[in-house]
Amino acid sequence: MKERKVLDQYSQFTRRKNTFLVIFLVLIIIIAFVSMLLGPSNIGFKDMMNVFAGKGEGADTQILLRLRLPRILAAIMSGLALSVSGAVMQSILRNPLGSPFTLGISNAAAFGAAFAVIILGAGSMQSGGSDSVLINNPYLITLSAFIWSLVACFLILLVARMRGATPENMILTGIIASSLFMALTTGLQYVADDIELAAIVFWTFGDLSKGGWRELVIQAVILTPVLVYFFRNSWNYNALDSGDETAQSMGVNIYRLRMRGMVIASLATASVVSFYGIIAFVGLVVPHIVRRLIGSDERYLLPGAALTGAAFMLVCDILARTVISPLVLPVGILTSIVGAPLFIFLLVKGIGSSQWK
Amino acid sequence: MISLKNISFSYNGNMVLKDISHDFLRGSFTAVMGPNGSGKTTLIRLMNGILRPLHGAIMLRDIPMGKIRQDVLAQEMAYVPQVQMNVFPATVFDTVLLGRKPYIRWNPGKRDKEFTSSVLVKLGLDDIALKDINRLSSGQRQRVFIARALAQEPDIILLDEPTANLDLQHQHEVMALLQLLSNTGITIVIAIHDLNLALKYCSEFMLLDEGRQVAQGSHDIISKELIEDIYKVKVRIIKEEGQTFIIPLKPL
Ligand SMILES: Nc1ncnc2c1ncn2[C@@H]1O[C@H](COP(=O)(O)OP(=O)(O)OP(=O)(O)O)[C@@H](O)[C@H]1O
Ligand SMILES: [Mg+2]
Repeated sequence: MKERKVLDQYSQFTRRKNTFLVIFLVLIIIIAFVSMLLGPSNIGFKDMMNVFAGKGEGADTQILLRLRLPRILAAIMSGLALSVSGAVMQSILRNPLGSPFTLGISNAAAFGAAFAVIILGAGSMQSGGSDSVLINNPYLITLSAFIWSLVACFLILLVARMRGATPENMILTGIIASSLFMALTTGLQYVADDIELAAIVFWTFGDLSKGGWRELVIQAVILTPVLVYFFRNSWNYNALDSGDETAQSMGVNIYRLRMRGMVIASLATASVVSFYGIIAFVGLVVPHIVRRLIGSDERYLLPGAALTGAAFMLVCDILARTVISPLVLPVGILTSIVGAPLFIFLLVKGIGSSQWK
Repeated sequence: MISLKNISFSYNGNMVLKDISHDFLRGSFTAVMGPNGSGKTTLIRLMNGILRPLHGAIMLRDIPMGKIRQDVLAQEMAYVPQVQMNVFPATVFDTVLLGRKPYIRWNPGKRDKEFTSSVLVKLGLDDIALKDINRLSSGQRQRVFIARALAQEPDIILLDEPTANLDLQHQHEVMALLQLLSNTGITIVIAIHDLNLALKYCSEFMLLDEGRQVAQGSHDIISKELIEDIYKVKVRIIKEEGQTFIIPLKPL
């Protein structure tokens, strides 16, 4: 029967997408293990298993559980937060250029973090060394980063309300917001002393080495409900993708969906930027890679972006730690160096016109 | 089925529809016609609840539309807007599956997929079920959007210029399909510019001019004077084998 045949074709089609998701999940676990074993001190696979079993040597335990594991978890959480936020923003703004960075949300959050450090005194510097920024009050910094990213987000939504949510309006407002917050951060640098200055610079280059367990717990507490919200609404984003009027005629409250989505994506972004600084291009490039691989159905795109984003960050982090080892580069520099050419490549190949039939 | 009771509407104080009343009967196939900017699209948006009338009321089976939740309404009424271009690619199957939206809370289930595949087969779209809709011809795409409307299991389908951009064959194909659907009891309302196409397939006509309703009824309301007055074009009307043809001659 014809109906059966179409159904079979479709379930084969979705099964391929599910396979992709599973492959990426396995890939992340493998990369994470490799990443655990990489570093200046030589720790073998056996030593690592011993540590996990609770009978490892003291030094190994220290290095793996206090240094490497938090860093790896930070990479995974930041990668998925930025990528899912980017994918959602692209749908909300119906624009392939949507991402926390291009819309100025990242810069606003970085300004918020710097604002908390300098004006509100939430952080201080220890003298010298690369690990010299000390966060005294992570809650205050996250809160400030979040509030300022909301300011950027409302700016965009305000223009969308007044002038229409066209791609041009949104992206232009994003660029303006981006430079505004960059200027404000530069302005803070004028009134800052040397120590605070170093703190501001820290937030303009994303760096995962600040990831302690405390920050990770806060991030996990923020990201879990965020992901649940986005995944549950993926069918609503599909409706939005097919046009405002169509979505409305199906009963989707498009204003509420857009508003909430932007606010929640900003929160997820702030949870990354406030702890690790600006990590550019992940939120822009990763969704497009996934669109190319498995298409733009949000039910698969959003989890796909989460997994691919985590893998992408893990790889960038490994590169950051190994290219000029023993020096560790800020991962934000790596994501830009890898992400920018990748994005141009995707652009040349034609954004949105997926090879996926 | 659906009645307009003295409705009017304005965009920012600019009156676009003035005192419109009409009853759309069950299974009727109505053409809303009129020059550019006469308010056809606005009327269809009002009927679909995307816009709310300034004055008057729209009744669906004697219930004021304002009292019906949009997602409940979507189970009774489908809308095929005029501009339809996706930024991101989507397959034909997924596009039609979206029509199940009013019936699902989070994600579509097995029965929604089964319903979708039966609609695809019914409209002969099963061979292209996994194609990207942006890569279809306009005619195929229009068929996909009608399929999505049918997936909503509606009693009423509103379409805004469904035959724009279609060639002669596809225009007639789409209109014949809509006529067929109206014969099964679905109430169909379309905005359309092509008078001859409307005269051939539709059963009811509603003519708008600058937001005013100038005529409504069946074929016999279409007269030379009426068309010349609304469109400011000299026309000849030919009646042949029970069909009416309007031939434009020159601008008045
Ligand atoms: N969003 C809007 N804001 C303000 N005015 C609008 C808006 N949409 C339409 N109008 C105005 O309302 C009037 C009716 O527009 P509408 O789109 O309903 O006409 P139409 O009959 O569908 O025209 P067409 O044949 O060109 O599609 C026009 O004068 C138009 O300029
Ligand atoms: Mg119109």
